[in-house]
Amino acid sequence: MSIEIRGVGKRFGSFVALDDVSLSIPRGQLTALLGPSGGGKSTLLRIIAGLEQPDVGEVEIEGVDATHLPPQKRNVGFVFQHYAAFKHMSVARNVAFGLEIRKRPKAEIRARVQELLELVHLEQFADRLPAQLSGGQRQRMALARALAVEPTVLLLDEPFGALDAKVRKELRDWLRRLHDEVHVTTVFVTHDQEEALEVADEIVVINDGRIEQIGSPDDLYDHPANEFVMRFIGPVTQLGTDYIRPHDLELLASPEPGATSGTVTRVVRVGAEVRVEVATDDQVVTVTAPRSVVQAAHLAPGVGVYVRPVPGAMTVRAGATATSSAEGAASAAEVEEVGARGA
Amino acid sequence: MADHRTHRRRRGPATYVFRLIVVAYLFLLVAWPVSLVAQNALEGGFGNIQAILEDPDVAHALRLTAVVALVSVAINTVFGVGISLLLVRYEFPGKRALSALVDLPLSVSPVVVGLSLVLVYGGRDGWIGPTLEDLGLRVIFSTPGIIMATVFVALPLVIREVVPVLEEVGTEQEQAAASLGAGPLQTFRRITLPSIRWALVYGVVLTLARSLGEFGAVKVVSGNVLGETRTATLVVEEKYLNFDRPGAYATAFLLALVSVACIVIVSIIRPKERRT
Repeated sequence: MSIEIRGVGKRFGSFVALDDVSLSIPRGQLTALLGPSGGGKSTLLRIIAGLEQPDVGEVEIEGVDATHLPPQKRNVGFVFQHYAAFKHMSVARNVAFGLEIRKRPKAEIRARVQELLELVHLEQFADRLPAQLSGGQRQRMALARALAVEPTVLLLDEPFGALDAKVRKELRDWLRRLHDEVHVTTVFVTHDQEEALEVADEIVVINDGRIEQIGSPDDLYDHPANEFVMRFIGPVTQLGTDYIRPHDLELLASPEPGATSGTVTRVVRVGAEVRVEVATDDQVVTVTAPRSVVQAAHLAPGVGVYVRPVPGAMTVRAGATATSSAEGAASAAEVEEVGARGA
Repeated sequence: MADHRTHRRRRGPATYVFRLIVVAYLFLLVAWPVSLVAQNALEGGFGNIQAILEDPDVAHALRLTAVVALVSVAINTVFGVGISLLLVRYEFPGKRALSALVDLPLSVSPVVVGLSLVLVYGGRDGWIGPTLEDLGLRVIFSTPGIIMATVFVALPLVIREVVPVLEEVGTEQEQAAASLGAGPLQTFRRITLPSIRWALVYGVVLTLARSLGEFGAVKVVSGNVLGETRTATLVVEEKYLNFDRPGAYATAFLLALVSVACIVIVSIIRPKERRT
């Protein structure tokens, strides 16, 4: 394990940012800390970097107890949401900063800076000031600057949060490819579930200062440990007392065991799929289905239908609480597979 | 195009009237009186100026003023940056009180500053003055007292320039430097100082101009001894009261010249636009 976090807690006044968090981050992987704003994920990242001190608990980086080390002794690379570019230095000097501090020979610094600027595709901007770069370019410069010192871990705090949607998408793909090239242990904070699902090898869902679940993107999507994770990652709708993915529901023309009757209230086409809203006695259920199915059934507002989970659908009972040591969703009692019932 | 129209409104007669008022105001209040000082000083060529420079007492006063100003600027620069960092980067009880205290020299009359220093450091019946005098350190009626009065009066100038810039710059660049391996001193020298340098230069120039021109506080603490503790501004007053008008104008002209030169030089070397 590259980073070990044991029993870390942090308060800001009466606000509990982190509450007894323990976490192991594996070496060489891209891990996402995912959660809503104010959930404590950025605080955890800043504690790993040494920019924030935990009230209790320990942080170990590559086997070294780093809890009381100042940031400059931790050999971590940190990338800020708003770039934190050194405004009075050229792009090349920004990238060279860590190496100059380490008093490396001039020739070595020049070669390494050139190499990094090529890696982030900024070689023709070496002599510009950060103010003359776009947001995406500045963030790539910040990344090169962090990588220059060959950090044991690379930490990114909402790295694409300040960029517009298109640039964000490009940089996200680019970060994934870069990580496949450099293989440095990387932890990044995001509140964007799509970003985490696309980029990360492993996702840590953090909410209210606690870890809700740790797992691969597939794990979290298919086996959420609780209601929060299920609702935060991917689309979700409620049928009776259960939360379920809208694509795990099927629409039937006649009553069958396990089906709930209702009336179609809305039919919306979203690309190749159609979203159908069905009003049952006490709630509105959203069902997504391929367009062909909806057309064959002649679904339109006012038509009576029956809704049923498809065989093997995953559901989470409403009100299920989080377990902070959630190791795998399958063990959580609240999650059930309805395969047996459906088949 | 729409932008163009909103920015360039038609200039009506009111615009010209307002401009005229502003120009007339500045001319009557600042430009004309100062230019008259220059005119009087330069009446009959550089003779007046040469005369005061050859007067050993005036030369001594000018030297004293220069020494006092330079030492005060050095002290206020170091402590000004220190206090600014303290006020912006740290949380501590009494921070608001300290911030208000920093502004005190601007609101208190310099004469009061001088008198209060005499009460503390006065050689005969000051608070710790007699003790210091026994140790061989004379403060009041001597150069240390003049420097202290000048430092006191010019204290807020560097701080009030540097604090807003420090607040605007924020701490992220410093944190980035730390994560890249820079210690506190390296971070200060390579990141913090370059980000505040223009505010600092401007604060230093204002401090210098203020220190050269301080009169009230210095008059109280210096004792105004000819050839010993008489500074340039005191010379101006002395000569003026003794009907040596040419000498007074010449000395005043020299003082104003240095201050104006400082501000002009800075506005020339300062970048035209703040880079973001």
